[in-house]
Amino acid sequence: MCAKRVTPAQNRQVETTGHDWDGIEEYNNPLPRWWVWVFYATIVWGIGYTIAYPAWPLISAATPGVLGASTRADVAAEIKRFDDANAAIKQQLTDADLTTVSDNPELMAYAERAGAAVFKTNCAQCHGSGAAGVEGKGYPNLLDDDWLWGGDIENIHLTITHGIRNTTDPDARYSEMPKFGADELLEPQQISEVVEYVLQLSGQEHDAALASAGQTVFVDNCAACHMEDGSGDQAQGAPKLSDAIWLYGGSREAITETVTNARFGVMPNWNQRLSEDEIRAVALYVHSRGGGQ
Amino acid sequence: MGILDKHKIIETNATLLLVFSFLVVTVGGLVQIVPLFYLENTIEEVEGVRPYTPLELAGRNVYLREGCYVCHSQMIRPMRDEVERYGHYSLAAESMYDHPFQWGSKRTGPDLARVGGRYSDEWHQDHFQNAKSVVPESVMPPYGFLARKEIDGRYIHDIMSTHRFVGVPYTDEMMENAVADFMAQADPNADSDGLQARYGEEAFGHAVNVRNFDGQPQLTEMDALIAYIQVLGTMVDFSTFTPDASR
Repeated sequence: MCAKRVTPAQNRQVETTGHDWDGIEEYNNPLPRWWVWVFYATIVWGIGYTIAYPAWPLISAATPGVLGASTRADVAAEIKRFDDANAAIKQQLTDADLTTVSDNPELMAYAERAGAAVFKTNCAQCHGSGAAGVEGKGYPNLLDDDWLWGGDIENIHLTITHGIRNTTDPDARYSEMPKFGADELLEPQQISEVVEYVLQLSGQEHDAALASAGQTVFVDNCAACHMEDGSGDQAQGAPKLSDAIWLYGGSREAITETVTNARFGVMPNWNQRLSEDEIRAVALYVHSRGGGQ
Repeated sequence: MGILDKHKIIETNATLLLVFSFLVVTVGGLVQIVPLFYLENTIEEVEGVRPYTPLELAGRNVYLREGCYVCHSQMIRPMRDEVERYGHYSLAAESMYDHPFQWGSKRTGPDLARVGGRYSDEWHQDHFQNAKSVVPESVMPPYGFLARKEIDGRYIHDIMSTHRFVGVPYTDEMMENAVADFMAQADPNADSDGLQARYGEEAFGHAVNVRNFDGQPQLTEMDALIAYIQVLGTMVDFSTFTPDASR
């Protein structure tokens, strides 16, 4: 195979192109046959491709291609495939009594996994990917036993379905704390008294004299919702004040801010974004995180 | 061989070779690009897509200036995982007033094509101040300074003129009221009837979000950016619109 090197001048069997630059000539060899055939094959393949797939622009639309390829149809089919595969268990979940789902291990396993996916997509942004919320920012922790609107499965389901204090669902849970300072319902002196009393209720360091004066203010203004002992009222979303769990912070400054300007935490209603089976799945997921009652 | 033997003329004249090369490339380009301008199904007609309001447009400029597109795309691709996570796949018509569009698949952060209405304004305020405060695993830098940069709409007319020049159908009335609309959108106490009449329910089928987006009395870049973020992907009502399946 090892041919002896020859110059064009010595090898007259191959013609040259006739180009001659300072004595340097150029062979006129044909292209390698394999290369030529690959080249022809790509042309044939290209023509076939434009017949099979959408390609040539015509007057009002492009040729659709004989295979009928469509990314939209593909994704619709893909989604339908999974929906069909899950249809039976989704229906089972929709029809189930929420309080007894945990007795059915198969259904519960589905609900927890589906719920985890829904949670990570829709809930994690505020409540955290681990459902621990953001303390002091008003995003409730869902892992603990402290519930604003009730922690049993029915209440969790209701909260997720209709949301809280939103304007998009008339059935949303609603309550509104008055702006005791901003709307001048209380004097600044009364506010500092009641804040000391709340600090006392929650077992924090406080000014005893101010706190005892604050008790009257509390009973007159706050106890209707937060109860006289500060235990809160889940029927109206009034947080418990006698523990160390704070939605907007439990420092003197944070409580003063809360009493002065009030808080108005909003949660969207999910009944327009999620299907009933998804809402049930995520409710069961949240309920099973540790705090469910 | 005739004419084919004359290729030496082209090969020995660099300028002529350049001219002919350009012509060949031009033909290829025309075949690919021109049909997009006349084919009826390039951009399907969709109800509800409207030009951005002045404040949203300003917010969009903040988005571009801060390079949000480096980490966030605005295009939900037609794949099951993306549709399940972000919502209905994006339609070309939804970005027809975007100059330039924000398509892409480079996602250090999540896709934002349908982020509008997904979170509260307060969440966005917290998230822009310090993303880690609400999403501990986030690597997004803080943008709290936007809440301290006051804006007064002095350039908004120019910006809208530019967009109008490249084809966004801002009417003369919209142009005349640019600054008023700009100021009205983030002030719930202002008279926003004009803004709603021009961009809202009657004209495009859905109301404009009018509220104090940044929670502060003054009008800031934070207002503009949140106003923009909150309208993304919300213009088309997919409960009444079914996209053509065959494209």
